[in-house]
Amino acid sequence: MTAITAAKAGLLVCHTCSLLSRPSAGHEAACARCGASLHLRKPDSVTRAWAFLIAAYILYVPANVLPVMKTGSLFGAQSDTIMSGVVYLWTSGSWPLAVIVFVASILVPGAKMLSLTVLLISVQRRSMWRPQERTKLYRVVEFVGRWSMVDIYVAAMLTALVQFQALATIKAGPAAIAFGAVVVMTMFAAESFDPRLMWDPVRRHDG
Amino acid sequence: MDTRSLIACHECDLLCRDTPVAPGSKACCRRCGALLYRRIPDSLDRTLACLLGAALLMIVANAFPIVGLEAQGNRTSTTLFGSVRVLYDDGMTSVAALVFATTILMPALDIGAMLYMLLPLKLGWVPKGLPVMFRLVQTVRPWGMVEVFMLGTLVSLAKLGHLAHVVPGVALWSFGLLMVLAAGAAASFDPHELWARADAIARQPQSFETGAVAAEAAR
Repeated sequence: MTAITAAKAGLLVCHTCSLLSRPSAGHEAACARCGASLHLRKPDSVTRAWAFLIAAYILYVPANVLPVMKTGSLFGAQSDTIMSGVVYLWTSGSWPLAVIVFVASILVPGAKMLSLTVLLISVQRRSMWRPQERTKLYRVVEFVGRWSMVDIYVAAMLTALVQFQALATIKAGPAAIAFGAVVVMTMFAAESFDPRLMWDPVRRHDG
Repeated sequence: MDTRSLIACHECDLLCRDTPVAPGSKACCRRCGALLYRRIPDSLDRTLACLLGAALLMIVANAFPIVGLEAQGNRTSTTLFGSVRVLYDDGMTSVAALVFATTILMPALDIGAMLYMLLPLKLGWVPKGLPVMFRLVQTVRPWGMVEVFMLGTLVSLAKLGHLAHVVPGVALWSFGLLMVLAAGAAASFDPHELWARADAIARQPQSFETGAVAAEAAR
């Protein structure tokens, strides 16, 4: 059985309110119900997603190498990268926290970038390999990315709380900027990626 | 072909028939399994209840300190905006902006715009600029990260736990509840019903006046 998609039927779907409409030739199409501009697929989806993704890859390096937090105390200054923070949590006995921080700030962003790379390459090769599983992967990637922000909030709260002038102060380091940018870039990348592109080469009804 | 009775899957573009489902159940795409729509009983009322609660909690959560810290006679405490302020003063402008946007601005816009749309619809009129507000909510929603912020706060509290005495503030509990109510509002919101209601009201704009005239005539 051949699958009939909206694109094949000549219909445009509104990205915002999901109303179907027939494109009228000549002028810029806008959704009749909510006014969002209409496109057959998200415009320049693959190019935009690649641009954001490459930016995220580049920023991932300083995010992990530079210090994310600088602690100053009576006993001298100390700076922590994300990974050394995880190691500290692990050795000081709070391993559940160590796992949370490791998963949220190192594993999730890395896995998210790799997944998006796989998805983008598969779309460019017009791959017909397991579209259902790839769609699921996209869903997970979209949902999970926000949790990487945990480390930024930890840095923000610690900075604000630990302000005992002479005794101890904590300042956010340059990695916090890079890390925040990684999260934002991957979110933009996932947003500009159009999952329907994965299904366009697939003709059958059951995938 | 009537496009109103059709719906396209937003993940694989398959055309599906928009058939009514039983209240409380959902319709999924038969090809890729994406959620197409849900029918939630009393969707509008439930969403409004959650939103009103969330709006109040949002105010409390921002007005009071989240946590306090006691170490060697020193005491510090911070509100959410206070932590943004400290980041900004430290020269971390972009991080401060990110924290402000994701924990204060975006959630506030989300709740505000939803209330702006739903309260009038509940009271029987269509608010001005409904489409713009709807688009605003869709854009803003992914950037509200109250639940992630909660996790971040808990992690930092656990980190500080063995250095100083940690005093949880009113705002911490408020944020916890806000997280639950915001999730509740998102889960019970049915955009399908919103448009159907707006359509129904728009089609009979003078219902109130005609009702009044009829009452007058009856007298």
